[in-house]
Amino acid sequence: MNLHPIDWLIMLVYFVFVLGIGFVLKRFTKTSKDFFEAGKSIPAWVAGLAFISANLGAQEVIGMAASGAKYGIATSHFYWVGAIPAMIFVGLFMMPFYYGSRARSVPEYLRLRFDEKTRALNAITFALMTVCSSGVSMYAMAKLIEALKLFDQPFEALGIDKSHIFLVSILLSAVIVLGYIFLGGLTSAIYNEVLQFFLIVAGFFPLVWLGLQSLGGWEGLKERMVALGNQEMVHTWKGMSSADTNSLGVEWFGMVMGLGFVLSFGYWCTDFLVVQRAMAADSMTSARKTPLIAAVPKMLFPFLVIMPGLIAVAITPVATGAPDQTAAISQAGGAPQVGIIPNKLNPSTGQLEPDYDMVIPTLLLYFFPAGMLGLGLTALLASFMSGMAGNVTAFNTVWTYDIYQAYLKKEASDEHYLWVGRMATVWGIGLSMVAAYLALQFNNIMEVLQLVFAFVNAPLFATFLLGMIWKRATGNGAFAGLVSGTLAAFFHHCLTLPAGAVPGIKGGLLGVLHTYPNPMAQTFYTAIAAWTTCFVVTILVSLVTKPRPDEELKGLVYSLTERPAEGHLAFYQKPAFLAVLVGIGVILLNLVFY
Amino acid sequence: MGGLDIRVPIGLMFLVKGLLLAIYGLMTPPETYVRSLGVNINLIWGAVLIVFSVVMLFLGRKGFKLAP
Repeated sequence: MNLHPIDWLIMLVYFVFVLGIGFVLKRFTKTSKDFFEAGKSIPAWVAGLAFISANLGAQEVIGMAASGAKYGIATSHFYWVGAIPAMIFVGLFMMPFYYGSRARSVPEYLRLRFDEKTRALNAITFALMTVCSSGVSMYAMAKLIEALKLFDQPFEALGIDKSHIFLVSILLSAVIVLGYIFLGGLTSAIYNEVLQFFLIVAGFFPLVWLGLQSLGGWEGLKERMVALGNQEMVHTWKGMSSADTNSLGVEWFGMVMGLGFVLSFGYWCTDFLVVQRAMAADSMTSARKTPLIAAVPKMLFPFLVIMPGLIAVAITPVATGAPDQTAAISQAGGAPQVGIIPNKLNPSTGQLEPDYDMVIPTLLLYFFPAGMLGLGLTALLASFMSGMAGNVTAFNTVWTYDIYQAYLKKEASDEHYLWVGRMATVWGIGLSMVAAYLALQFNNIMEVLQLVFAFVNAPLFATFLLGMIWKRATGNGAFAGLVSGTLAAFFHHCLTLPAGAVPGIKGGLLGVLHTYPNPMAQTFYTAIAAWTTCFVVTILVSLVTKPRPDEELKGLVYSLTERPAEGHLAFYQKPAFLAVLVGIGVILLNLVFY
Repeated sequence: MGGLDIRVPIGLMFLVKGLLLAIYGLMTPPETYVRSLGVNINLIWGAVLIVFSVVMLFLGRKGFKLAP
């Protein structure tokens, strides 16, 4: 891909501002509370946009556009069912415990509510998971830069061997993310996440507008989909009564319970990566509003990240006489089989198939001239970096508070913990680079690790839910529930298989008791099995073990916690009012795109 | 903590990007925009970003104070 100097200049402006924010904020980062908790000084709207942006990583932008091209508008279930209800719940019901307790992190809440071993299990698995996730983001970004041939031209001009592009891409992203987090800590990460949020909107909104204009708007897109025989791709709920009659291949119960309840609540309500942004808010009301403010752009994001997938399927390539760079990024050549999506070679079948991960880059090249292309590519790179930075800030906090301070050096000065946090940022990014190289060398290792983390995460929400609503839940019950839930996920995965898959990483290692229509259905039901097991085992073990006295649980359990004081707020300033508006909005979206 | 209003760097960054896009849009011939439906998307979107940046800078005008 040949970029015009204006594109490079627009990308450079972004990187200058990102690092500039880190340098400016360094002078305000004097204590460990400043570094890890942003001094609990972030206004609700900033925390809300950071909350959404930390989740707006590579998987979100590249992955959701790819899913949009594969499954259509039904991919919106990952937002309208798989995010918004959980975001309303965490804002209204869970933030009072996270923010109101003395906890500085989610694992620390588990220690206060349950015991040390439950905290240790959560902290260690979470720290490993964040490093791997950050590494996957780095790997994906470097592979995308390679696929787009973004650095080919400058490397040729400088006479550098192009085999170093992967390494240079990883180093570049690592240095930039390290720079601004090392200097300004969580505040710097949050500020840059807000910057990245606006940049992603600025880069993708005109892309969707041009795409829809070229098809005659949403109605034109629907007509085109019907003409292509993809009419099910423009509906969200129609056909959800059976796995055979909708594009996702999952029926409504598996989708609502597996995605909408277990996986969604498990992520949005317990993952410190996003909860950390709300815990940095400047007041209890701001902390509760943070996920609710984030829910507004979140419910509209399908139009920015899923719609491009549908547009790429619906467009017919036309010869305009203008330079066309889309063919240059095709991995396997040949005319596109689906819309304008380039092909890739499937190594197991030897057949050409659509390379859905290239939907966004292809559309950027198809519609944007030099100038706007630089803005669009910057938005793409920003999404990778916000995902990386979110993981790194969560890692350095959990490492310092929940592992180092808890088990290695309990009594040290605040300056010492600030230094430990900065060092954790350095070697956290170093470990991410190692993870990125592992992903490059061993194709399946990251897939295996992600699978293991999915087993660990699936039961988590049951533990938190019981901990917050049932004062009888005990530390032994929580620990036994988490371990048994993880084992249930493991055995469910190893005893089931998606249709057409061979036993192995996809499941069926211990035999095949049930075959699911596709991997998504298997994932949803694995989560349901894990959550249910954890819920039941936690209750059973809690009933035969000794609970903590009530006075130790104040501020940690619903029945022993004072409701947040909101008498001084007008009705429209209360979190509940915002939650009602968000709820109405998401119901309307589901009805409009039924 | 405090001292830097986030709207200042957002406003400044989009002002620079908007100006770059708009100026480049004015310098390029119409045939550049065949693929973008004949719309001079650089000029139009550059102008939108400039307006957005002015609003951001106005809202964050007290944030120019950078002293701790």
